Amino acid sequence: MRFAPHTDDDAREMLAACGLSSIDELFAHLPPGVTLDRELGIPEGLSEMELVSEMRRLAARNRHADDLVCFAGGGAYDHYVPSVVWALAGRSELYTSYTPYQPEISQGVLQILFEYQSMICELTGLEVSNASLYDGPTALVEAVHMATSATGRSRILVAEALDSRYLQTLQTYGAGEHFGVETIANDRGVTRVEGIVGEPAAVVVQHPNGWGNLEPARDLFGAAHAAGARAIEVFDPLSLGVVASPAELGADIAVGEGQVLGNHLNYGGPYLGVIAARMQDVRRMPGRIVGETADVDGARGYVLTLQAREQHIRREKATSNICTNQTLMAVAATVYLAWLGPEGLRELGQQCLAKTRYAAERLSGLSDTGLKYPEAEFFKEFVVRTERDPVAIQSALLEAGFLTGPIVGNDGLLVSVTERRTREEIDAFTKAFEEAIQ
Amino acid sequence: MTGAPVRRGGPDLGSLTLKELARPGRRAWTFPVLDVPLVELPAEHGRSAGPDLPEVSEIDIVRHFTRLSQMNYGVDTGFYPLGSCSMKYNPKVAETVAALPGFQRLHPHQPEETVQGALELLWRLERALCEVTGMARVTFQPPAGASGELTGLLVMRAYHTKNGNPRSKIVIPDSSHGTNPASVSLSGYQVVQVPSDARGLVDVGQLEKLVDEDVAGLMLTNPNTLGLFEDEIEGIAEVLHRAGALLYYDGANLNAIIGRVRPGDMGFDVVHMNTHKTFATPHGGGGPGAGPVAVGQSLERFLPAPLLGFDQDSGRYYWDHDRPDSIGRVHGFNGNFGVLVRAFAYVFGHGRDGLREVGERAVLNANYLACLVKGDYPLAFPGRPMHEFVSTARPMKRHGVRAMDVAKRLIDLGFHPPTVYFPLVVEEAMMVEPTETESKETLDAFAKALLQVAREAGADPHLLHEAPVTAPVRRLDEAQAARELKLRW
Repeated sequence: MRFAPHTDDDAREMLAACGLSSIDELFAHLPPGVTLDRELGIPEGLSEMELVSEMRRLAARNRHADDLVCFAGGGAYDHYVPSVVWALAGRSELYTSYTPYQPEISQGVLQILFEYQSMICELTGLEVSNASLYDGPTALVEAVHMATSATGRSRILVAEALDSRYLQTLQTYGAGEHFGVETIANDRGVTRVEGIVGEPAAVVVQHPNGWGNLEPARDLFGAAHAAGARAIEVFDPLSLGVVASPAELGADIAVGEGQVLGNHLNYGGPYLGVIAARMQDVRRMPGRIVGETADVDGARGYVLTLQAREQHIRREKATSNICTNQTLMAVAATVYLAWLGPEGLRELGQQCLAKTRYAAERLSGLSDTGLKYPEAEFFKEFVVRTERDPVAIQSALLEAGFLTGPIVGNDGLLVSVTERRTREEIDAFTKAFEEAIQ
Repeated sequence: MTGAPVRRGGPDLGSLTLKELARPGRRAWTFPVLDVPLVELPAEHGRSAGPDLPEVSEIDIVRHFTRLSQMNYGVDTGFYPLGSCSMKYNPKVAETVAALPGFQRLHPHQPEETVQGALELLWRLERALCEVTGMARVTFQPPAGASGELTGLLVMRAYHTKNGNPRSKIVIPDSSHGTNPASVSLSGYQVVQVPSDARGLVDVGQLEKLVDEDVAGLMLTNPNTLGLFEDEIEGIAEVLHRAGALLYYDGANLNAIIGRVRPGDMGFDVVHMNTHKTFATPHGGGGPGAGPVAVGQSLERFLPAPLLGFDQDSGRYYWDHDRPDSIGRVHGFNGNFGVLVRAFAYVFGHGRDGLREVGERAVLNANYLACLVKGDYPLAFPGRPMHEFVSTARPMKRHGVRAMDVAKRLIDLGFHPPTVYFPLVVEEAMMVEPTETESKETLDAFAKALLQVAREAGADPHLLHEAPVTAPVRRLDEAQAARELKLRW
């Protein structure tokens, strides 16, 4: 493949205009000691046809959520992506542009991001959002950074029931930012309020948590506030048609994984880091924020605003180092949320809730199995307790054509049920599960 | 050839928001009828009032977003010489292959045996990126360049900590990109700036004075942010390494030297790449990108976990989680896989000869364009530009014209403007990066427009101050946006 359009004559003329006669002269000032004196050890280029064949071969070596029935969850979910989402987010005027530094010719992306921010505020009940972060776990890191900045404290209390990938990511960044992470124990699958002690900067609770369970979030966030901490909720955007919003529960900052908002599974990325907060923290927010304003004729328009927070102005004192974000994923989320509307979001939530309950009841009726946290309420996933090694059960289910997981501890398997799953599929899954545990 | 002006939206529904388009009871969604018993959540968990999302029909959505896309300028619209961003053509075939269900519909928790094709793709891409950079191993977790910077710095910190002292300072040039100092702070280091010399290069004498046992490393782009090659790079590397410090390569400008110079051969220890720059993955209106980080053998043990593994005996790929010295996880899963699929298509589609040609043509284009316009837009520094050049609009100041006015006038002439006011060390900076995928005709037309604007600056500066007049909106009041915050409808 080649995309540089130069003919030999073009190259000659262009070199001549610079007073040169060969390409090598353009590089003549590079020290010979660092110049590669051989070709790269990479194969010769391919035609488009050859490349597509090769990549089809690689793709065919994978099994995927179209040829397996997906009951896997744990931070990435097989929700339906309506055709309209990528028909629009895939318009190349949008995806071949960059950060809207020139707002007059970037009103498309800017207005979409303004609408995205608006809908994230509506979903969470909070007051300010931004133009996207990388994914859920890195959004949590940013939220924690806001909390340490707001409180001047450095101790972060994290519910033990938080998805372990969030905890691991937080710990990695803590090494540089000098915040310490401690976990709050759980009792029968939900976080213990008594675990909130001392003077933490933030209390982090995932709701529904990493095992799918709904937390006593109001009590936990009340205790966080009593301790002078910022209450941070890790939320599922698609739960919010039926589950109480972060604002209702008392969260100050909400972060979530926006993959569920019209983005494909993509083997883990690109996903979408969603963040929302109260106005008290607006100047601590990370990343791009779009604001409404007017042009010189008074016409409505949109610009990047509050840029004095950002790395290109504030450099080492910036609220975050983020520059390139996940705007296109936010564009997809905006289309998807418009497609859902309030009624679609509620219907989707009810379907997840009902189908998950149905699956849990079917599975817990099997001998030798049951729910790991039978007293907890859940939304779209739950942990099945397994007598046998869950790895073996997961493999047997895969043989039968079902994706599950992740595995929880040495006796649990997470099962996730989105609106896509049918009663027939859940029944077949139950049957396969029954065979797998025998 | 030249970029088409972005059209104004229709006069009637021009830029109504979704909220303004909404009517109660209208809808686009469809779901199958629920085939299991309905369940209610206990009141303590239930939502009291539904979110006030807009209610619109599908055709409302389609026309709304189509109209908005027409109010947006992309590489597919026209020439986009935004310096330091490498806005090159994004091959369509990359979109085709990334949409294959065997890539797009992979769940990240799938067992390794079901994703061998994906892991093979990553493994081969890793080998190619190691070859391009002269490094030993790559982590694909960082989802963007700035994330790669922070990952690289945390790896450097882990290395020094392992050697008994994390050290306290990172040196960066005064011309560096803002993410460099921001990442340094987040990694727990202090920023020390080294000034540029009269040539626009790192002042090696000053650098020697700054580097001591407390310096953990130097972050550098090469070519640097002024588009100039740091020709004393071997000496710079020696200064750092003599003090036990490490050299970090910011790959923002790798496009200029690909196939010709490798960061590893220049003495760099850690490298991040921006796939959305060098390897033409679409910029997405601001993202997603991918920021893979490559390191030499001595730093491999510190890379994020899990790291990809390959068992030669069984021919099987796997994720290696057993990495006790790893800095940990920097992304929720294993990075922006969908972006890496596109990067793979670019790297293997071009091959070794194609990649080298990319750098050559990028440098040719920048030099040609610089020659055409430098009479009116003097180069900030005299050295030979690589893939981009930094000019100054300073001569126009006497007419009351600023770089921003030139930028806005270019919009009326159908072009996306260059980066302006960066790097910060150049007054009235205009940073122009044409990339390799532009033709001579496009560059000629752009140069002609720039020269026209230079003439207008003297003859009719009003034209520049009023610009743009053909875009969907005219100049926007940024001060008002920051003063009267309206961040949602």
